Order: sequence, then structure tokens, then C-alpha cells
Amino acid sequence: MTAVSLTGVSKIFNPGRPDEVAALSGIDLTIPAGQFVSLIGPSGCGKSTLLRLIADLTPASAGTVEVAGKPAARARLDQEYGIAFQQAGLFEWRTVQRNVELPLELRGASRAERRARATEMLALVGLADFAGHYPAQLSGGMQQRVAIARALAVHPPLLLMDEPFGALDEMTRERLQSELLAICAQTGTSTVFVTHSISEAVFLSDRVVVMSPRPGRITATIDVELGTRDDAARQSPAYFAAITAVRRALRGPGPVPDIVEAEGAAAVAAPSPRTSGPASSATAAP
Amino acid sequence: MRRVLSAVAGLVVLIALWEGYKAVGNPEGTVLFGVRILPRADDLSMPHVWDMLSRLARPELTGGRPVWQVVLGASLFTLGITTVGFAAGAVIGLLLAVAMQRFRIVERGLLPYVILSQTVPLVALAPLIAGWGGTVWPEWMTVAVIAAYLAFFPVAVGMLRGLQSPQTAGVELMRSYAAGWWRTLVKLRLPASLPYLFPALRLAGAAAVVGAVVGEISTGTRGGIGRLIIEYSREATSDPAKVYTAMLGAALLGLVVAALVSLLELPLMRHRRRVSVVTM
Repeated sequence: MTAVSLTGVSKIFNPGRPDEVAALSGIDLTIPAGQFVSLIGPSGCGKSTLLRLIADLTPASAGTVEVAGKPAARARLDQEYGIAFQQAGLFEWRTVQRNVELPLELRGASRAERRARATEMLALVGLADFAGHYPAQLSGGMQQRVAIARALAVHPPLLLMDEPFGALDEMTRERLQSELLAICAQTGTSTVFVTHSISEAVFLSDRVVVMSPRPGRITATIDVELGTRDDAARQSPAYFAAITAVRRALRGPGPVPDIVEAEGAAAVAAPSPRTSGPASSATAAP
Repeated sequence: MRRVLSAVAGLVVLIALWEGYKAVGNPEGTVLFGVRILPRADDLSMPHVWDMLSRLARPELTGGRPVWQVVLGASLFTLGITTVGFAAGAVIGLLLAVAMQRFRIVERGLLPYVILSQTVPLVALAPLIAGWGGTVWPEWMTVAVIAAYLAFFPVAVGMLRGLQSPQTAGVELMRSYAAGWWRTLVKLRLPASLPYLFPALRLAGAAAVVGAVVGEISTGTRGGIGRLIIEYSREATSDPAKVYTAMLGAALLGLVVAALVSLLELPLMRHRRRVSVVTM
């Protein structure tokens, strides 16, 4: 079962006009169900555009985008995914509870069902006590958690996230990363996660998709195997090896200073199979 | 309680300014190079506040009803017209704003005329509309139409701004929920426009009062506060306090309309009141 499948996808903004921009070209990507995939790349590489194509917020210029085995437009109408943006984008006139209920409301769920589901979701993100608060009363991290709860409210098989932790401080960010992983594991949701943080991509993902700009394309996909993702995983050799692999892919061909060496000899000395693993699956940039 | 106190304090300051100027100002007004820069402070131009209040208690004409009853009756009459004009203007403004938000081409085509409509002098327009009075609709309706004509403008412009206020993230979120234009309007754009709507309604309320008063004067409609101001101002030389009683009535009318808008706002803007941020 594939969660997302893109074949030969390209996206051109303002085609035929002087300000024509080729945002994406020749994108092929398949995401199996239950996988956590990060899209990473410099700004302007089209990673957000790619996410928006999957969400059918903007149409592809060529190629096919399928979500849960259906065309992206159909999948959107069936609410096959939940989405969260960098700004929490909560409706300030609704309480936290009613914000989480919004997608259910639009689906025509009964009042009792909405309430039960919203309560469940708020408990999941640890905000059960704040159901009656208004968004303006919450800190940025809490608002983002409400946004995640809202995205998950309809139990979508796919979660799309566009730099959801980008505006948060490092501490809140790390905590929310762990929470997000726990939630995804618990609900079995597949996730596409756009970020520009290498460490965030590596820590969260089963697979990191590296993109490069002008035109936006996939230059490498790097598999990450960290086992259990906890604080220990953030210190593990495999973690640093994957970070190096992603960094190398982002820089493109050419000499890259070996960061792993700087992090400590132990990390290099450990002949981890993963050190070669990610590198072999990485397709080098042309 | 605090708001009541500050309102009373404002009134006291106003009265103090009025009486203070009367006490120190030149009764003939201050004239500089042949131009009067400060008004006359004599009893004919600026009667004492207590004279106005006591005039309210005395009869309008010898043996007639006391002035306060006449002024109140006229104010209520005009309030009725104002309310009808305000409501009609608000609804029209709202519909125009929604149409302009929905269709870009309507916005481009209509907005210049919406603005143009307000630059046409009201006195030129009034006789035109008055032509229908008595045949197409009753006389007072003409005044209500003029009030609506002034009231729709701030609502249309403010509401359009409000409907366009949601950020892309909100609009895309609604799209991701497969919500169409109507449901996006109801769940996102309308609630988001409320902070823009209420200031616009306040302006519209004031405009409706002005429209009703000026409309009454220029169409010669009897029974309202506008007519009363004209009638009493004819007696200004012999009974200067009288015209101010009519003005008090007009001011009261404006306050009542503003209060009505505030009452409308109260239940809809609840989320704006409690804003102590929880940090965790």
C-alpha cells in the first residue's frame, strides 16, 4: 500500500509569461504507508510546492500525483490527509476545542462525535486542560500542537506538514518532534514533512528526500535507521552519519569537510553498517 | 462601572469647557485681522448649560407640551427612520462586499462607483429620491433611503477588507477540508471579518443619523429631529437655548445608535476579551 505516489511530476508557475518559473521538474517519489519522509533543501527548491501538489492545493503542470491510490484532487475531497503549516493558523474566534472540531464539522460529523474526537486528539497532544481556551491565550508551541491535533482529527492516513516547527525555539521543537513521532507511531499515520533543518529531518524520518533548486528536483534519497528515536538516538553514530550524508547530498558534488570527525573520534571509529548504508542508497547529484 | 464613570467624566469635562469658555471668552468673539477665530461667548450664541436643561422642562409654546417631550418624540421618530436606513444600508453593504470578494471582476467594476456614490452631494440627490415619496413609498421612507445611501458605504468597504483578511494558510486549510466557497465564507471569512465589520458599523450608524437628519431637512419631512432643529433655529434670536435642546436630541440619537452597535458586538467578540497568554 502506497500513501503517496508521484510520477514524472513537474510544476511551472505562470507558464508562457515573462515571469515563468519552473518550480519542479521530473519528480518521481513513492512513499509507502506508515513511512515518515522529510523533504529537505535550500529555499526555492520547491519542497513546499511539492507538498502543496500532494495536498492538491495547487495543480501539477505535468505528471500524476496519487494519494492513497487515488488522484490528488479526489483524495483532497475525501479528506485523505491532514495538513499543518508553519503558522499554526488557528481560527482565533474559536476555542481550542472548536478549532480541532473544525474538520469534523465540515465532514458533517455529529456533535457528540466531534466532541469525543476533539477530546481524544487534545489528550494526544497533551492539551486536554486547554480545550476551552482561545488560541491567543496559548504560546506558540501550544498553538502548533493544537494545529497538529486539528490535522489528525479526521484520523487521516496521511499527515502533511510544512515546516510546522520552523517558528519555534529549539527546546520546544525537540519536544514536539518526539511527541509527533509518538503520535505517528500510535496512529500509524504516514507523514510528509517539509523542513530546512538537517537534524530535524534525520531525527524524524525513515527517509530524507534531498532537493535542489532551479528547477526543483530530487537529488538524493537517504534512508535513516535509528531504531528507537529518543535522546540517545540524537547522540548515536548512525544519527551523525545520516546527518553527514544529508549534508553531503545538499552540498552536491565536491569535497565536504567531515563533520563526523569533528563530533568525536568514537563516532567515526564505530564501523556502523549505516555509515555505508545511507551513502549507497543516495543517488549522487548530476 | 469604570466605563460609566469615564463617560460621566467626559461629559463633565465637556460642560466645564463650554462654561469655562463662556466665562473667559470675549462676548463679541475674538476677531483677528477681520476674521473671527473664536466664537461669540454671549448668551445668545452660547447659552448656559443649565439654561438648556431648564428649557427642556418648560413648554414648547405657551400652553403646549414641555420641550423634552417634543424633542424625545422627534428623536424616537428619527430613530425609527435611522434604524430602517441603517439596517438596509448594512445589508446592502454586506451583500456588495460578499459579491466583490467572490468575483474579482465585480470588485474592479463596482468599487469605483461605490466610492463615487459618496462624492455626490446629498442635497442634490435628496429631491431625486423625494420624487418617489408618497407614490412609490411613504414620505418617511425617502429619508430612510437617504440614510441607507450613506450607511452602506463604510460597511461595503470595511466588510470587503474583512472578507479578504484571512491569510493564505487559512484559505488553504479550508481547501484541504474540501470546503467550497460558501462554507469558506461561513466558517472562515465571515468570522474573520467581524473585527473589520464593527468599526464599519459604527461609522455606518453615525452616517445613518446624519443621513436621516439631513434627509428630513432637505425633503421637508415633518415629525423628526431634523425638522425640529430647523424650526427651533428660527427662534434662535429670541430663545437661544431652544435650538440646543434639539441638538441634544440629535446627540442622544447618535449615542443610542452607537450603543446598539456595541450591543451587537458584545456576544460576537468574546474571544477578544480574555488574552492572558499561557506559557508552557
